[in-house]
Amino acid sequence: MLNKKSILDTDSLSLEDIKLILSNADSFLEISRRDVKKVPTLRGKTVINMFFESSTRTRTSFEIAAKRLSADIINFSPSTSSLKKGESIIDTLKTIISMKVDLIVIRHSDSGTVKMVDRFVGIPVINAGDGKYQHPTQALLDLYTIKKRFGKFEGLKVAIVGDFLDSRVARSNMNLFEKMGMDVTIVSPTMFLPEDFSGMKVKHCIDDVIEDADIVYMLRMQLERQDRKFYPSVMEYNRFLTMDMERLKRMKHGSIVMHPGPVNRGIEITDEVMDTSGELAEKIVIEEQVTFGVAVRMAILYLMLG
Amino acid sequence: MIEKAHILNEDDIDRIIRRISHEILERNKGPESLVFIGIQKRGVPLADRIAKNIEKFEGIEIKAGKLDITFYRDDIGQNIKPNARITDISFDIEGKNVILVDDVLYTGRTVRAALDAIIDFGRPRSIQLAVLIDRGHREFPVRADYVGKNLPTSINESIEVKLKETDGLDSVTVVEKG
Repeated sequence: MLNKKSILDTDSLSLEDIKLILSNADSFLEISRRDVKKVPTLRGKTVINMFFESSTRTRTSFEIAAKRLSADIINFSPSTSSLKKGESIIDTLKTIISMKVDLIVIRHSDSGTVKMVDRFVGIPVINAGDGKYQHPTQALLDLYTIKKRFGKFEGLKVAIVGDFLDSRVARSNMNLFEKMGMDVTIVSPTMFLPEDFSGMKVKHCIDDVIEDADIVYMLRMQLERQDRKFYPSVMEYNRFLTMDMERLKRMKHGSIVMHPGPVNRGIEITDEVMDTSGELAEKIVIEEQVTFGVAVRMAILYLMLG
Repeated sequence: MIEKAHILNEDDIDRIIRRISHEILERNKGPESLVFIGIQKRGVPLADRIAKNIEKFEGIEIKAGKLDITFYRDDIGQNIKPNARITDISFDIEGKNVILVDDVLYTGRTVRAALDAIIDFGRPRSIQLAVLIDRGHREFPVRADYVGKNLPTSINESIEVKLKETDGLDSVTVVEKG
């Protein structure tokens, strides 16, 4: 059982809970490798996916995770709901709670909405990404991916590269990585940094970290959140921040490249790197992240609902 | 926890494992169709030992896997067991005689969960149960096919099985619940 009712951010997760989630994920990974990918563990529990912002992997991942545990999962779709008739989000939630749902997975484009929802409902809530704030299950699945590759966290050098200001993944991950004793460097141009970045190790070009990093974590360029002027040009981005073949080749033995997806090809990562095969392809763990995401979310659902 | 009686030592357990290995071979008319599945955690080394014995007697390779029944328990929600162990059944059980192995048979609930789990992996020809200790107090209609030792107990007692692989030594004792 987790110490907290809901998972809203990585800040408030205890080290104990983090370790519990990671150690249980191993058992759930095995279930996904069976022919019959289902256990009866959460039979009779109802989970609702409320995604107010588009998503492929997170929504599908939660759906698959819940189904493999035999929970019933309902996908609530805002665009075809009574929200369209002007029902408020609180009234919508009241309706859903009245149907005796056991857990809410929620994504919303406004930071803080998930926290508000959690205060309002009496049941566990999982933040599946809120605005620019946090995406804790992404950070946990990334952590699990690192655990599977390196077997440890202490002392690993991680470079988080890209748009730090608009990225909820950056915030969740940086926090969690530091909590586990990893050595985190931010690689970001000044315009992508929050106003107060004191205490963070900051570099402005990926070349400054490429040979030394164990993990290069590429953040997705938040094209949908560019409410201010966009980064000068893609060419400029490519020069300072993009993972290309030349940089991939310079990475040290055993090091990996991560990305939370979806990748903007040609911006964060080039086509050549995405489609590379052979020895260098082993460095790209994006698909592993997705596979492990299901196991980690199964562990989270089990520990919250079991 | 007060130790009340020492029941089995290393030699006793060794003899029991050898006897059960022979019984399994005899009842199944040879080793060809046999696979072993140990229930986490102490059923796993017991299954390995029986499989090793049969390999030695018969000179053929015997498959042994491990099963964690956490996800099949009937008390999830009342009594969560957070740390699930590994399930590893990396062989086909279709048409096999599966020997399910555990250390202590008590209420039968663990075995019920294990049966559900096993049939998720395929349709074996049969499932047979081997246990080191049968302590009685069944709550489900379950019985063992191979029993190391029948040990009538009171509800206030518990059986402490220790095995070299998990605890550093082989022993079975009865302890009074404190």
